[in-house]
Order: sequence, then structure tokens, then C-alpha cells
Amino acid sequence: MSNGERAGLLLSAGMNSGRRRVVVTGMGIVGPLGLGVENVWSRLIAGESGIGTITQFDASDLPAQVAGEVPSGLREDGKLTLSEWVPTKDQRKMDRFIHMGLVAATEAVEDSGWKPQTEEEKCRTGVMIGSGIGGLQTIYDASITVHEGRAKRLSPFFIPSALINLVSGHVSIKYGFQGPNHSVVTACATGVHAIGDAARLIMFGDADVMVAGGAEATVCPLGIAGFCSARALSTGFNATPQQASRPWDKDRDGFVMGEGSGIVVLEEYEHAKARGAKIYGEVIGYGMSGDAYHITAPSEGHYGAYRAMRSALQSAGLTTADINYVNAHGTSTMADDLELEAVERLFGDDAKKLAMSSTKSATGHLLGAAGAVEAIFSILAIRDNVAPPTLNLDNPSRESVIDRVAHTAQQRPINVALSNSFGFGGTNASLIVRGV
Amino acid sequence: MSEIADKVKKIVVEHLGVEESKVTPEASFIDDLGADSLDTVELVMAFEEAFNVEIPEDAAEKITTVKDAIDYIEKQKAA
Repeated sequence: MSNGERAGLLLSAGMNSGRRRVVVTGMGIVGPLGLGVENVWSRLIAGESGIGTITQFDASDLPAQVAGEVPSGLREDGKLTLSEWVPTKDQRKMDRFIHMGLVAATEAVEDSGWKPQTEEEKCRTGVMIGSGIGGLQTIYDASITVHEGRAKRLSPFFIPSALINLVSGHVSIKYGFQGPNHSVVTACATGVHAIGDAARLIMFGDADVMVAGGAEATVCPLGIAGFCSARALSTGFNATPQQASRPWDKDRDGFVMGEGSGIVVLEEYEHAKARGAKIYGEVIGYGMSGDAYHITAPSEGHYGAYRAMRSALQSAGLTTADINYVNAHGTSTMADDLELEAVERLFGDDAKKLAMSSTKSATGHLLGAAGAVEAIFSILAIRDNVAPPTLNLDNPSRESVIDRVAHTAQQRPINVALSNSFGFGGTNASLIVRGV
Repeated sequence: MSEIADKVKKIVVEHLGVEESKVTPEASFIDDLGADSLDTVELVMAFEEAFNVEIPEDAAEKITTVKDAIDYIEKQKAA
């Protein structure tokens, strides 16, 4: 793209061209690497893995027996004791994915220090937290109750426990946030769509602050068995779980399910500055596309991914030369090489300077939460000038000029990062963030 | 206190997450024990299950205090 074209884009379509700027002022993560953004990030950078043998149910009769589960334990050890976050009496009124969302949202909101006092401030603060699947285990349990002829004994909390938008609902109730209350459902692209859409609500003036992200908890019999049937999960590393998620490696054989939540507090720049908020980074680009091809497989060449990334660049008014790091969707499936091909095609010569890694190698695939967790990793990559590693990338199935940060994190200058998420149904989303 | 009253109290404590001392006979589920309308539906279901009784909706609507519940169940059990 020439300078002239670039200037034109800045004027016409750039997210920063006179529009309200959106910054990140709070972040929260609970996932396979544990609880707390700094704890999870330091474990990720150290090359640790959150994958293990499934403990939440007996998976021994299923082909896939590994997952990234949230570790239980003390908060000071970076682990989760749910009762510290969700009152015991309320826990059974919500599926586990809502627990996850509430934990990460609480972290993020407390981290941001944002406490709206006036009615107006509360009405200018909204929530957009999505999930790929929602309360799957709750639906499973309720189905058994009905199957046993006990339909009249179905809990009145069944429906609100399973509904995807109830994370947004609970967060709004907990904090009194009365602004836009919305939710995204785009399978594994949910997290990026939630942050991108919420950022646009702020840009368009619907809100000044949005709590946004994704939550997922499908390490349950239906979740594992369902993705097994779709031949999507890794089945060849049950004895060595930490090797199961191996994006781009020639021995990869499917993704590893992860659970948890990633949530950010997005805030209009002047609003954040006026209250002296700590600013982690800025959301400067967002692009979306549809494959219009197949329900689970991306097309040859992954042109959908290509268009989502290109559109994100255009909305940021940037070129590929400006991107230093890509957090890939990279799920450890056959599609990894298609994404790689799309990135190479888009970046051209700039690919040589690029670092691109898949943090799913350490966390597994958190489905609807993945994009939000990875957006947080992208922001931290900029903050610390560190590209997190791709674990288990022993023998790439395809060579590339792009540095995929195999095994070990790399210290390198990162000013702008792009994060990809793609979902079943052929939905693609890319987010671009930078430091402020 | 009767066995039924004891059991009702235990169910209320468990479902509403309140302290046992607050579950007096006069205590109202909604006004005193912090229940909402869905909590009361669930409570009635728990009573039905625990005491193996049917509590029809119109009767359930009249059960608003701990004593209401105990009285209703005792009457059913005596019948």
C-alpha cells in the first residue's frame, strides 16, 4: 500500500480518524495456565503448558482424554477457589462457563479501578461477553432429568444457567453496569468479535466503558465427545498430554480443548486519561469476514482469514510492515498451514520480519474465550516486547519465512500486534492492538 | 421441633445459603431470607422431593414463610 493510499484510508476508514479512541484499562484471565493475568503470562513466557489428563469426568472411553482445565487451589498460588469469586449458594444457578466469565470479569474490573458512581456513569458502562457454546453440561444434566420422567423437577435455574448472554447479565448485576448489555456467539471467533464489537460501541458513542471478552467450559462428556465425533480433537497424545497441542508441527492430530475466560475493560481514551487509569494498549483495528464455504473447514488458501486480516489493517490505517507480531488462531489442526499461507500471502516481503506464534500450544483451545485470552497475550507481548512461544513445534509440516517462535519465547521489538480467531460456520475475525 | 420442621429448616439453609439462626418459623423466604421468585420455585421442588409430596402451584404460592411450609407438609403427611 502506498503512502497516499494509506493516508486515504486513515481519512476514510481508519478507526483513529477522528473517531473516539478505545484503550484497554483492565484485564482478567482464568484458564489452563491458572488464575491472574501476570501469573498466566509469566508461565506462558516460561514455556509451561496447562494441558493434562481430563479430571472433571472419566474420559477413559473417549478417543481424546486430554484437556486444558483450570487448576483448583489457592489464589496466592495462581489457582482457582471458586467460592472466593462466586458465592456458594449462587454457584448452582450458573453453568461453569458463567463461573469462568465472572472470575475473569471480576479480575478485569478490579484491575481497571473503574467504579461508576453516578447513574449516568453506570448507564455509560456496558458488557459484551460471549461464549462459543454456553452451558453444555447444564443442558446435559437437565436432559437426563427430563429423560427420567422428572420434567416437573427441572430447576427453575436451568435456562438462565445455560444461556450464553447470562455472563453479561451477571456481570452487569454484580457491578450495576446499566449500559449496552450484549453477547456474541461465533464459535471460536467469539472472543475477538466481542472485543471488536464492544470497541465499536465505544467508538460510536453507545458507551464509554465496555467489559468485553469470552467464557467457555466444555470439558464435559458432550463437549469432548462432540468434537471427537467431528474428528477435531487430538487423540494421539493421551499418554503425553503436554505434547498434544502442537500447532504447525507435522505430528499434530487435532486441537486440545481448554476452558476458562479472558475479559478486558475497554474504555474511551479521554475517559481513561481523565481518571488517571493505567492504559495497557489500544484497539486500533478490527476486521471480519465469512468463508461461505463449509461448516467446519476453511477453504483452500484460507481467503476468509486473508480478508479478515486485510480488513483489520485497513480499519487501523496500517500496512503489513507495521505489524510485528501475529497471535495465530493455530489450533493444532490441519488448518494451521492454511492460516500460515494466508498470512504469508498478505504480508509478502514483510513476512520475513514477522513473529507469529500459537499460544494454544500452551493453553489448548478455549473456543469462545480463546480470542479474548489471546488479545490479552498480544497486548502483553507489546508491553514486554516478548513473543510468546509455540510449544511442541519440533518439525514444521511446512517451511516458512515467518518466525513461529518455536519452543522458547523471544525478546524482540513489538509495537503492533494482530490476533486471529476463526470459527465453525466459516467466521473469521482479526484484531489489531498497539501500545499507547 | 418436629422432624419435618427440622428437615424444612435444613433445606432452606442449604438452598438459600443463610444462617440457621435466621430460619425462624416466621421468616419470609423473600423478605427475610433473600430469596427471589426462582429460589422459591426451587425450594418448593426441594420440599416435594424430600418429603415425597405434591405441592400444586396454587398451594405453593401461599407458602411464603418457613412455618407455611412446615404446616403444609405436616398436613399432607397426616392425611
